Amino acid sequence: MRKEAYLHSKVLSKPEMVPTRNGYGEGLLEAGKKDKDVVVLCADLSESTRSNYFQEKFPERFVEVGVAEQNMASLASGMALAGKTVFISSYAVFSPGRNNEQIRTTIAINDVNVKIVGAHAGVSVGPDGATHQALEDIALMRVMPNMKVLYPCDAEEARKTTVAAASIKGPVYIRLARAETPVITTKKTPFRIGRAEVFAEGKDVTIIASGPLVYEALKAANGMSNSIEVINLHTIKPLDEKTILRSVKKTGCVVTIEEHQKAGGMGSAVAEMLAQNYPVAVEMIGVSDRFGESGNPEELLQAFKLTAKDITKAVQRVIKRK
Amino acid sequence: MTILELEKKANTIRQQVIIMLQKAGSGHSAGPLGMADVFAALYFSILKHNPKKPEWAERDRLILSNGHICPVRYAAMAEAGYFPKKELATLRQFGSRLQGHPERLKLPGIETTSGPLGSGLSQAAGMALVGKMDKKSWRVYCVMSDGEQNAGQTWEAVLFAAKNKLDNLVAIIDRNNIQIDGYTEDVMPLNPLGEKYEAFNWNVLEIDGHNIEEIIDACSHAKAVQKQPTLIIANTIAGKGVSFMENKYEWHGKPPNKEEAKQALKELKAQ
Repeated sequence: MRKEAYLHSKVLSKPEMVPTRNGYGEGLLEAGKKDKDVVVLCADLSESTRSNYFQEKFPERFVEVGVAEQNMASLASGMALAGKTVFISSYAVFSPGRNNEQIRTTIAINDVNVKIVGAHAGVSVGPDGATHQALEDIALMRVMPNMKVLYPCDAEEARKTTVAAASIKGPVYIRLARAETPVITTKKTPFRIGRAEVFAEGKDVTIIASGPLVYEALKAANGMSNSIEVINLHTIKPLDEKTILRSVKKTGCVVTIEEHQKAGGMGSAVAEMLAQNYPVAVEMIGVSDRFGESGNPEELLQAFKLTAKDITKAVQRVIKRK
Repeated sequence: MTILELEKKANTIRQQVIIMLQKAGSGHSAGPLGMADVFAALYFSILKHNPKKPEWAERDRLILSNGHICPVRYAAMAEAGYFPKKELATLRQFGSRLQGHPERLKLPGIETTSGPLGSGLSQAAGMALVGKMDKKSWRVYCVMSDGEQNAGQTWEAVLFAAKNKLDNLVAIIDRNNIQIDGYTEDVMPLNPLGEKYEAFNWNVLEIDGHNIEEIIDACSHAKAVQKQPTLIIANTIAGKGVSFMENKYEWHGKPPNKEEAKQALKELKAQ
């Protein structure tokens, strides 16, 4: 693993397990302390999105909107137009799912300072089943002009992401997960919106991962004899073309992995960019045009073929295609 | 400005609307004509604003939720001095600041981008909430159509504004009883509309939307109401001022041709 990434020393041996949404809650506290114009809206899900951390500390800047995600998006637009930095939190299936048009018209076309936080994304939501497992949200947000799309790999990066999102102007989408996942990074791990981070250096294959599955990528890379480069793509839009191209010119092939539909997701973004700039063999790991279902997170990740084992197989396939 | 002068402004705005729409060759006629009196009253009597400083922090905010009636807002803004009147002729053209549906980032003085119905009241409520949080004296006005009372989001915002006691928020519904597919009471009945808002804890006033004195009085009355948002149901005649357009839903979404525009202007000039 790359020294300059300052990854958690025990990430591969005995990782600490924390959901990324906790990092969001912590980040909100920091952002709220730094800037009195930060406000947080929630649609009847304050505890499970961890926006309740902010609610407890800054009750006068927390707005409960009830089960009304469309209203929440446009309220946020109005508040941003009146000078606030607004975070709106819900589950990703509802926001940016249910309120997509309101996000488009009142947030994105308006280009206002609203941060949309979609929690409980991916099949790892678990027992709640397909209705609550957002697998389309990256696609929805990635095609939206003026929108930035961020997908932190662990709780620590989610904290940094939240603080950084509050400090920049304009619409941002932050994707979070429900389940406890390994803490990969540390306070010292570099983070900047728009920059992909190389977590492991190698010359045979580039694995690009987003979200908690970065851990599976590191695990796969560690268990193989090939020399594998692992990139944590926490910013899906704008895409860090430079870092990806530098890596791919060295390795000549790519595996992408994400907990999202293959269509329109992070892998698509990478493939679109490579097809136009430096076409190479790409293996995309993701959900193949189907909805999720109930189960526990681990068995679902296995069933949907989103584990280190599946990455290993994809690496073997893509090397043959070089 | 006297009531008579305001009525003259409304007439001028109507004439501009006809000229703009005929030139543009597309757009909505009935709504803008029906709301000319309300917009004249807002821009020349009710709103605290400065056309030379559209971003003035202490201004009252006017949200136009039913963005498709923007020609009436553009005409009123040009008349008030926000931009040169000759620019009205660029409505809906490529490169124009006067987009088919109003866009905040194109034209200073447009508070927010709108068109898709049902989201204006939410944005107005968001602004009003910030006004309360930051203890500001500015007020928020939101013009809506009656058709967009069909939209669920409108009622989400109605609940929210009442919960937060947004007495700095005034919503004005253009009650002209028509929408694209026909009469509102056929498409999706709204009556009794005022009682619905009252049941949601709003202060409700009903006025003649062509009586400028009533429009001004209602907005003044709303200022005295505490801990409740106010709804003004402005009963209007769609296409008001042009005999062959009045109360005809067929004129909701089309512009007059050259002959029709000539006839309309003749009628308006005689009033």
